[in-house]
Amino acid sequence: MMLEEYWTYILIVVAGFIATDFWRWLGVLAGNRLNEESEALNWVRAVATALVMAVTAKLIVFPTGVLADSPLWLRLAAAGIGFCVFLLTGKKVAVGVIAPIAILVAGLFLLER
Amino acid sequence: MSAERRNEPGNLKWFLTGMRGVLSLPALILMTSYVGFAAFALQAGLTRAESVIMTLGVWALPSQMILVGSMIGGANIVASFLAVTLSAIRMMPMVASIVPEMRTQKTPVWLLLFLSHFIAITSWVFASTHLRDVPRQHRVAFFAGFGLTLTCGNAAIVGISYGIVSQFPPVVAGALFMLTPVYFISSIWASSRQFVVKLAFIIGIAAGPLLALVAPQFDVLIAGLGGGTVAYLIDRYRRQRRRAVEEAA
Repeated sequence: MMLEEYWTYILIVVAGFIATDFWRWLGVLAGNRLNEESEALNWVRAVATALVMAVTAKLIVFPTGVLADSPLWLRLAAAGIGFCVFLLTGKKVAVGVIAPIAILVAGLFLLER
Repeated sequence: MSAERRNEPGNLKWFLTGMRGVLSLPALILMTSYVGFAAFALQAGLTRAESVIMTLGVWALPSQMILVGSMIGGANIVASFLAVTLSAIRMMPMVASIVPEMRTQKTPVWLLLFLSHFIAITSWVFASTHLRDVPRQHRVAFFAGFGLTLTCGNAAIVGISYGIVSQFPPVVAGALFMLTPVYFISSIWASSRQFVVKLAFIIGIAAGPLLALVAPQFDVLIAGLGGGTVAYLIDRYRRQRRRAVEEAA
């Protein structure tokens, strides 16, 4: 029992902490060599942004949990129309969050009936 | 940081300003996600202490979900390490793009290494959005205030909500789940000033799901490296051409 508990913590440290922070440390070492105005930073920014947006889009297209049961078109419509509303109303982040959520919730309610 | 704080009386103020950032919308969204993580960890058979330590030690929700998932599956430590580390490669460019904006000439490397632990998607978005409005010499303190508070706060939330919330009603859970991506979409777009970032944004959003169908293991990596590089090259070509036109005129 003791050993088993101990093992979970080893797993958390090795396969959790080291497995993620290794990349963060490399990021510090790489980023520390970059000048704020440098050409390389432009590339790193582009890569980081594309990565985050790929993760984000996957959350919408391939969700886990309850949203997995909702239709894809509804999630895409909520995100897409919501983003257009956001762009047309002066790019307020609150609008960008509330508009798609409202569309999604309305859609979920209508579909439930 | 204590030495720096002594030299810079304003640092404490900026640390506190950063702390106040946890009352922002993205931080609140993340907190609800961590309530969800606590429920998932409980179902997976983790203890309360293990769930809290994992949150503090890993501090990346997707990586934590993968680690717990591999624990349920009974994967060995090497397989778990590989699965988690693959999901965490994205941390490198995220951290690397924040560091040049955050540090000063005098910021010690150990401090950056320590603070890098607190960079995950939410704090990356927060830093990309707000660092530019903070005087450079106080940016480290500002980010430390936000990052430390956000991580510790969420660890506390995992500890408290463990065993209390097992499930949200479906529509609420669906809306909560959708909050994270739509927040990222609007806040990253709103904070992107450079053309190259907007381009990478569009390419990443399209490439992520498409590549997930083609190369599910490496989709995010390819979308990031490949998509980011394409965005960069297009932007560079555009800048060079504009420069050429200006020189010709």
